[in-house]
Amino acid sequence: MNKCIERIYNGLVKENPTFVLMLGMCPTLAVTTSAINGIGMGLSTTAVLVMSNMLISMLRKIIPDSVRMPAFIVVVASFVTVVDFLLEGFVPSLYDSLGLYIPLIVVNCIILGRAESYASKNPVLPSIFDGIGMGLGFTVGLTSIGIVRELIGAGQIFGMQVMPDSYEPLTIFILAPGAFFVLACLVALQNKVRNNLAKKGKQVSAASGCADGCASCASKGVCGGHLIQEESKKKEEGA
Amino acid sequence: MQELLLIAVGSAFVNNVVLSQFLGICPFLGVSKNVKTAAGMGGAVVFVITIASFVTGLIYRFILGNPNIMGGELEYLNTIVFILVIAALVQFVEMFLKKVMPPLYQALGVYLPLITTNCAVLGVALTNVQDGYDILTGVVNGFATAVGFLVAIVLMAGIREKTEHNDVPESFKGTPIVLVTAGLMAIAFFGFSGLI
Repeated sequence: MNKCIERIYNGLVKENPTFVLMLGMCPTLAVTTSAINGIGMGLSTTAVLVMSNMLISMLRKIIPDSVRMPAFIVVVASFVTVVDFLLEGFVPSLYDSLGLYIPLIVVNCIILGRAESYASKNPVLPSIFDGIGMGLGFTVGLTSIGIVRELIGAGQIFGMQVMPDSYEPLTIFILAPGAFFVLACLVALQNKVRNNLAKKGKQVSAASGCADGCASCASKGVCGGHLIQEESKKKEEGA
Repeated sequence: MQELLLIAVGSAFVNNVVLSQFLGICPFLGVSKNVKTAAGMGGAVVFVITIASFVTGLIYRFILGNPNIMGGELEYLNTIVFILVIAALVQFVEMFLKKVMPPLYQALGVYLPLITTNCAVLGVALTNVQDGYDILTGVVNGFATAVGFLVAIVLMAGIREKTEHNDVPESFKGTPIVLVTAGLMAIAFFGFSGLI
């Protein structure tokens, strides 16, 4: 049981997919125009993640190694289609505002990344909890970005007016550029905390993310970006 | 013809795939350290998206959305079929280029495996279906979207090469400053919104 709690802690804090691993950036930036959209996207992704982790972990001894990627993709895509229909049927307003980004959960690197690096190597129960932890971490990330953007950009939180009437909303924060700025500030804040901790001599895991290179990335196997870096390194050495 | 041109300008600049729709952010942040690799990645994306929009357009028109097969009710398979077709297509393109056009393979080869998980490819295929584009319009839309990606990633790489040695505040080093740059670029791209 201890291991399961450890997995949830890992997903929420230690390897938070949004702030630490910097995975799944497309939905993180695109759907966080309001807090409620962030929660909706986060929970949909969590549902897919838990189900796919469970099934892939069950099938881990059956799926041959050479075709594992296509097999994972089929599993994930099926669950995404199910979630797509459920949202369309039961929460049509959320379905409309998330739009294209629901089917695009298929290519969210968090899901394939967890399938490849955790679920395909571990028993069913820890894999389920890994999915829950990672999914909740993602939900927390999206929701906090959504709250910041909604607060600054519309003066509301979860659709309720919180700022006084004299506040002039900075609409740019719910438009595309705002997404980049808010995420940049949140990552910078986190870097500051990390730097302070490191100065005090505490052990901190390095932040990763595509812009920082592939060496420490958890989804190296899925993404393949390291191939490019190795290639360009070879060329530099050759020249 | 004019309609096609409007769609092309719209998807390349006005609704830029990276800066306003947030598709393909991962390669945009990850492969934009220098202009040469960025251009290679952009080229590979143009190549794959154009072919993928054609192939997925064919599959949708003649199989999934065909009213003669199951009354056109196979549409719910769009996501699964498209992602598998794209994955297979990328593998196939890689083999084909290696055999037939080695110079092109040299230029684009390493970037091809990355593209399967690039959400822009699947995004374009799904948008084409959602907006009810025919095959030609879909291919034009795909090509233009990919050109938008190429423009954005090359610009980004150019800026990053310049800012590499700038004195950035400690906490903003690395990812945050790249994101701020992207945000400023997104504001600049708002300037296109009056075009159509």
